[in-house]
Amino acid sequence: MAIEVKNIVKTFGSFAALDNVDLKVADGELLALLGPSGSGKTTLLRIIAGLDWPDSGEVAIDGENALSRGASERQVGFVFQHYALFRHMTVFENVAFGLRVQPRAIRKDEATIRARVKNLLDLVQLDWLANRYPSQLSGGQRQRIALARALAIEPRILLLDEPFGALDAKVRKELRQWLRSLHNEIHVTSIFVTHDQEEALEVANRVVVMDKGKIEQIGSPGEVYDNPATAFVHGFIGESIVLPVDVAGDAVRLDGRPLNIPALGAASGAAKLFVRRHDMAVGPAGTGALEGAIRHVRSFGPIQRAEVALSGSEGKTVIEIDAPRDRELQVGEIVSLQPRRYRIFAAQE
Amino acid sequence: MSTAVARRSTLPGFGLTMGLTLTWLSVIILIPLAALFLKTFELSLDQFWGIITSRRTLNALKISFGLSFAAACVNLVMGTVIVWALVRYRFPGRRLFDAIVDIPFALPTAVAGVALTQLFAQKGWLGAPLAEFGIKVAFTPIGIFIAMIFIGIPFVVRTVQPVLIDLDPEIEEAAASLGANRWHTVFRVILPSLIPALLTGFALAFARAIGEYGSVIFIAGNLPNVSEIAPLLIVIRLSEFRYADATAIAVVMLVASFLIIFLINRLQRWAQARIPVH
Repeated sequence: MAIEVKNIVKTFGSFAALDNVDLKVADGELLALLGPSGSGKTTLLRIIAGLDWPDSGEVAIDGENALSRGASERQVGFVFQHYALFRHMTVFENVAFGLRVQPRAIRKDEATIRARVKNLLDLVQLDWLANRYPSQLSGGQRQRIALARALAIEPRILLLDEPFGALDAKVRKELRQWLRSLHNEIHVTSIFVTHDQEEALEVANRVVVMDKGKIEQIGSPGEVYDNPATAFVHGFIGESIVLPVDVAGDAVRLDGRPLNIPALGAASGAAKLFVRRHDMAVGPAGTGALEGAIRHVRSFGPIQRAEVALSGSEGKTVIEIDAPRDRELQVGEIVSLQPRRYRIFAAQE
Repeated sequence: MSTAVARRSTLPGFGLTMGLTLTWLSVIILIPLAALFLKTFELSLDQFWGIITSRRTLNALKISFGLSFAAACVNLVMGTVIVWALVRYRFPGRRLFDAIVDIPFALPTAVAGVALTQLFAQKGWLGAPLAEFGIKVAFTPIGIFIAMIFIGIPFVVRTVQPVLIDLDPEIEEAAASLGANRWHTVFRVILPSLIPALLTGFALAFARAIGEYGSVIFIAGNLPNVSEIAPLLIVIRLSEFRYADATAIAVVMLVASFLIIFLINRLQRWAQARIPVH
């Protein structure tokens, strides 16, 4: 089911959690809401679920006004960061809960409920835990049960709030891939909230980057990584080198010295130059836009990570670059650096 | 060459604390109880049976246990409602109400008895309007019942309160998102999570009501067979120097109380096993 969010405003006291947010989610999408804590991503998710109410704005699920209905009438599956399983019920009863509380007129008979719960437990590959209690399960297992429970009501949309946030790194990685393949299997429109960029880029079809209650960029994982729309996105996603520069016409200056790179249409005035660590080409001294002395080198895997103190800044500006290991860099060596790809954004005051 | 390593517990002092525990429990609880049982051996089995099956004793026991049970049931329901209001809502005077709950704990029971008697006496603030409907509270079993409710209520509130505070609000949100209405959420999700605490609160209120003496004797009227509680009968026997009679009744109360508490304990463990603490 498609979701449409229009002009949503939500404040907590004087804090604007959501500032006029618009978002369209297409049917069958797996969308990530990515942002730092306090960016409003969880609030947006809870408003779509009916667990919070906006001060103003509209939410439509499948073209239907959702704000006229409470959470229990929206048929929206919600998965909580800390699972929120019913600890006095077995795994089986947890999953069956949504079916057992349906209005009598549409409630299925016991045999149908049992068959459906069995199917869901098979789907999350935990049918052998049916008679355990939640406290007897590991975190990863609990979250899969929470997901099965949410799917039991045949939700029109599935919302996941930091679903892997409470799990350790290894389990997290497994569950990410598992969620991805599960979505391929059942195709329910899903939105998940995360502050982990790797998780968002790896799992989602589309990523919505949020900051301070606003959407900064919406795009495919490739787009938000390669073509960040704002300084915030560039800084938040992937590792970036950020240098304060001045733009005058098409010239870019760092500490008053011109860098021979075009301004790419950036407005004149104070600005910030963003370069990915691996987009900085290393060459012999005197051949690139920047120059510096290597202070420290660590080699691991296919790359070597070097700290370079830029010349002309009295060694105060130190940047970290990732270079391929075709030529080993030496500490103390003077090298030139040429940004292969970069973005310039006006500095925010 | 190897040297023996002395095993040291990370929690030293087991011997000392265990010794103190056993000594203390013996002196304070077990020895007095043993003396109670020994005293009854002054009676022959027939005499003992005669005392405990006499009409007055049976009626007193029935009044004590029956009314205590009823009062504990009322406290269970009302205590849960009070806990709910105190924990879930923010309203002016909440802290004051919260403090009021403790008054029956702190008030000397005789004071409570006198106050309740004044209130429910035929000319009292509540007694007078009730009398118009022909309901007599003071000096009747209803009076005992009310005194027992009064002294039992904080036990339910104070045992259930921390558990409800700890109950994650996300549980209710999860229930709502699964389509549960308020009724389902309360009766299938919240109350079942509170069962062990509710049972404990019930047991404490029940036990307290069985043992209550001070507040009850003022309001009860103490008519044999009608409004005479077992603890009072024991005191009466003592004042008549019929010590063996008194201890016989006491032993029956002790055994009955023990059985009830044991039963509730088992129930609690059964409920606890279903809701393991993580």
